[in-house]
Amino acid sequence: CVCVCVYRPVLAKAIHSLSRIGDELYVEPQEDGLALRSVNSSRSAYACFLFAPLFFSRYTVPRGHTFRCKMAIKSVQAVFRSLASLEKTVEKCHIELDEQKNRLTFTLHCKHGLLKTHNLSFQDSESLQAVFDKDSYANVFRSNPRLLVDTVVLFPPSLEEVTVSVNDERMWVRNHVEEEDQSKAMLTELCLAADEFDHFAVQTHNSVTFCLKELRGLLVFAESVGLPISMYFDEPGSPVVLSVTDSVLEGNFVLATLSDDPNNRKNNSRRAHTPPPPPDDFMNDDIDAYLIAMDTSIAPGPSATGPPTTALAASTCSKQPAAANHRTRLHSEEEEEEAGGRGNG
Amino acid sequence: MPLSTQSQADDEQYALVASMDNARNLSNILKAITFKDHAIFSATPNGLKVTVEDSKCLQANAFIQAEIFQEFTIKEDLVGFQVNLTVLLDCLNIFGGSTVPGASTALRMCYRGYGYPLTLFLEEGGVVTVCKINTQEPEEPIDFEFCSNNVTNKVILLSESLKEAFSELDMTSEVLQITMSPSQPYFRLSTFGNSGNAHYDYPKDSEMMELFRCTKTQTNSYKMSLLKPSTKALALSCKVSVRTDVRGFLSLQYLVRNDDGQICFVEYYCCPDEEVEEE
Repeated sequence: CVCVCVYRPVLAKAIHSLSRIGDELYVEPQEDGLALRSVNSSRSAYACFLFAPLFFSRYTVPRGHTFRCKMAIKSVQAVFRSLASLEKTVEKCHIELDEQKNRLTFTLHCKHGLLKTHNLSFQDSESLQAVFDKDSYANVFRSNPRLLVDTVVLFPPSLEEVTVSVNDERMWVRNHVEEEDQSKAMLTELCLAADEFDHFAVQTHNSVTFCLKELRGLLVFAESVGLPISMYFDEPGSPVVLSVTDSVLEGNFVLATLSDDPNNRKNNSRRAHTPPPPPDDFMNDDIDAYLIAMDTSIAPGPSATGPPTTALAASTCSKQPAAANHRTRLHSEEEEEEAGGRGNG
Repeated sequence: MPLSTQSQADDEQYALVASMDNARNLSNILKAITFKDHAIFSATPNGLKVTVEDSKCLQANAFIQAEIFQEFTIKEDLVGFQVNLTVLLDCLNIFGGSTVPGASTALRMCYRGYGYPLTLFLEEGGVVTVCKINTQEPEEPIDFEFCSNNVTNKVILLSESLKEAFSELDMTSEVLQITMSPSQPYFRLSTFGNSGNAHYDYPKDSEMMELFRCTKTQTNSYKMSLLKPSTKALALSCKVSVRTDVRGFLSLQYLVRNDDGQICFVEYYCCPDEEVEEE
């Protein structure tokens, strides 16, 4: 397989972004493009960048022959170490995969005639492909990356998980805190209005909880290349998919979500009984009104207010990349609100 | 200048007196060769040579000509001593070593002779500090016997292009292999690390190549740990000459411009790691 392209920073940025997910880079030259993938050790986060043949000025793959390999991502990062200097000096990038010699060669043609050749050894690898069908997911959003970056920056860097909840007009992002720690932890919640997004389509009022750390890699990437981020999710347990696309590139980050979220169930059931919030709530900068609202037991948003109820048993919450659809009480109660019921995603 | 108020009579006792308005012109260049604690100082009427060696395989020399000093008086043909270079640098930077424009440390370095300490008078903003550093018997610097007649290959490169390559070198590689040849790849730096190998090729007609004189294809390997300190000299320099001789010994010569635009030289000599089959 041989790919040659005029060097574009997006290639190096994609590799750095994949390194935030896992330690190994999976390379698979496909007929529809060069696929670069990574997965984390617990298999709860997967990312794939597909560079279409048009990204390259020359793209040759042997016909009808599948080949996959993997290598330490640090070795590839070393080839594209300094993004700033790469942009200034690299003119052309030549990638060649030699099956016989088990070698992946990156040749960077730089200014002043300097030629940098990196021969990296790789191992054969099993297929790495997450199973997901984002187009079938109930909730779809698209925004410029700045919106999500500005949201995420409000949470501490050490924060592991976030919960994203949506209704027809709003998205709430809050830090996920285990049941036992509710009364001791600081809860942070941010509300985004539908009109802050380029596209906001909600079919099911869901909440999903996933790991924030792995998402940050995509956010950095999208912001640095200036591409909008599309977000797809379904029910808890089903993965959340974040995508960036342009005409020659598609990146997908698939993150597992908590499959059984008792917190979610409790809040959703409560919410089902409350009237829809007045449209201007949260929209004025009236902090006092917000604080008063927080004190009441009927909260306008999905945030957990008041002392945690003791009735909830600590059910086993395990992350599964593709869990069976988990029908919560939420669905049965809200079905009458929706135009049509939703099928399995 | 306060330091010059020392009476002329005092100077009679010193074998070597060297003064500099800006001590940074000395400390910066010494930093380029500080990979070992001890340095051998050799002063001749031409100027000062400071030598640092490592395991008998690597030698670095810094040359500061007499003209760089505001005053350079030497009583003998050769004055030599050995001092702890780290301590010397600490003294030269005693006023903090900050680069505040206009403020510079003035230096007066005096050495009375064998058995006496090296005395430094340092002044900044009217404050004078006197440092006395113990000297030792100077060791004989190794003579690498590198002479121009035996040079097989020589290139002069603008440092800018090498700086990038050296900053990216795969440190998991035990050696840095240098290939010089009248034909492709002309000038190549190679590493062999844990994840694979890497080559940096400089063509002979590159704008970065100021001089290209290679007569024979030669490939030699040098221990990465020995050459790593040379990146400090590279960082300071604007040009570097790379030469190998018939034995595969490497000479790196760096042209360094100091704060006042004056030229000093730093050179590194390194033994090859092993005999590589010459192609």
